[in-house]
Amino acid sequence: MEEIAAGFISAIELIVTLNPAVVEITMRSLTISLSSILLASLYCIPLAGLIEFHSFRGKRPLINFIQTLYSLPTVTVGLLVFLLLSRSGPLGSLDLLFTPTGMVIGQTLLITPIMIGLTIAAIGAVGTQIRDTARSLGATEFQIILTVIKEAKPAVLAAVLLGFGRALSEVGVAMMIGGNIRGYTRVLTTAIALETSMGNIEFSIALGIILLSISLLINLILNLVQGR
Amino acid sequence: MAKIEVKGLCKSYDRREILRDIDLTVEQGEVLALIGPTGSGKTTFLRLVDLLEEPTEGEVIIDGAKITGLPGRERLKVRRRMAMVFQKPVMFRANVMDNVSYGLKIRGETGIEETVLEAISAVGLEGYETRDANTLSGGEMQRIALARALVLNPELLLLDEPTANLDPKTAASIDALLSRFEGTVIAATHNMLQARRLADRIAVLVEGRLIALGGPEEVLDERGLFGLSEDLHSRSLVPW
Repeated sequence: MEEIAAGFISAIELIVTLNPAVVEITMRSLTISLSSILLASLYCIPLAGLIEFHSFRGKRPLINFIQTLYSLPTVTVGLLVFLLLSRSGPLGSLDLLFTPTGMVIGQTLLITPIMIGLTIAAIGAVGTQIRDTARSLGATEFQIILTVIKEAKPAVLAAVLLGFGRALSEVGVAMMIGGNIRGYTRVLTTAIALETSMGNIEFSIALGIILLSISLLINLILNLVQGR
Repeated sequence: MAKIEVKGLCKSYDRREILRDIDLTVEQGEVLALIGPTGSGKTTFLRLVDLLEEPTEGEVIIDGAKITGLPGRERLKVRRRMAMVFQKPVMFRANVMDNVSYGLKIRGETGIEETVLEAISAVGLEGYETRDANTLSGGEMQRIALARALVLNPELLLLDEPTANLDPKTAASIDALLSRFEGTVIAATHNMLQARRLADRIAVLVEGRLIALGGPEEVLDERGLFGLSEDLHSRSLVPW
């Protein structure tokens, strides 16, 4: 118990004094996860709109499949992306394995189902009355889609923030695609795993507190957005 | 102003018939009140004319041109000549000003502020411009929905129970506003007194069929009740 308390105090010191290693790992984690969420938002939101606004055969099974992938294990995505990016894989020539770019690709794939699924639910919840109102006031089909997405903005933002949270807190992809290389691909979660195994408890606790604080911040923003 | 002709209009959902073989004409600048009990097909009729739905059979003709079954771009062009106010209007997540200006903005019109302010004032809600539209009462929303439609200066105005959520005083002011409107109007209403006051002619829908069409004095008696025959009145199962 004393060891944990001492570790906790040392961890606070590391954070307060802005320990360079802690800051560097935190910034890398944020950069990689933010890049993933931006990249995923670019195609997931339009794709969700496309699925929700069109009727086609197999739409319901497709949405069920997307929802099933919410719980996709991060190591499974890690393995898939590893096979794609490894030297003998189809994208091996791009030399992206054990790079931050490779990690961004992996995390983007990981959060794709949750982003698409939650955005579909968000747009679907807006209701047909808004579509009818926009349509009867003379909106084009594109203007109707924009209006509905605008109406669903708080729920779409919630999907984006949840995706960011999942990307930031995952270990499997970061470890398997990044390789946990010090000063290059080491992020909060992989650093916690490594430092704990090496017995550097205070460093792990410091990183854990930061990870938890970021999650808390995401939650606060989420509540603020949904409260509007 | 638009002349509307409806020929053999039918609408079914699955096997349930909502409208059966409706034939009627609404002349330019005429106000037609559509009355009938709940579930008689009034809203479906308005939605078909507004091209929000396709009829199962029959056609709608505006100024001599068939408008049902038009492709997207043509359909949009026709729809922009009309405006519809729904029975339970929904507000966009925006303030009153943005709600009322929506139709003008999506048409790419600029310098619309004065027109929009006039429309808000016409429905008696001046001073509400910056209010969040979704915090308004049901009656206020109904008036904003009416302003949102009137600001477009439509040739054809479709109204679904336009004063259903309003107190008598506000309803009277809306009636006055509608009586000044110069375009063609088709208004579905439960309120037979309102129909008598506003309409040039009244169409009676019962169980999806047009059972009477004529001037207010031909269709309604002095008590404002359905005066065609006791037999027809008793066939309307739902009170109205």
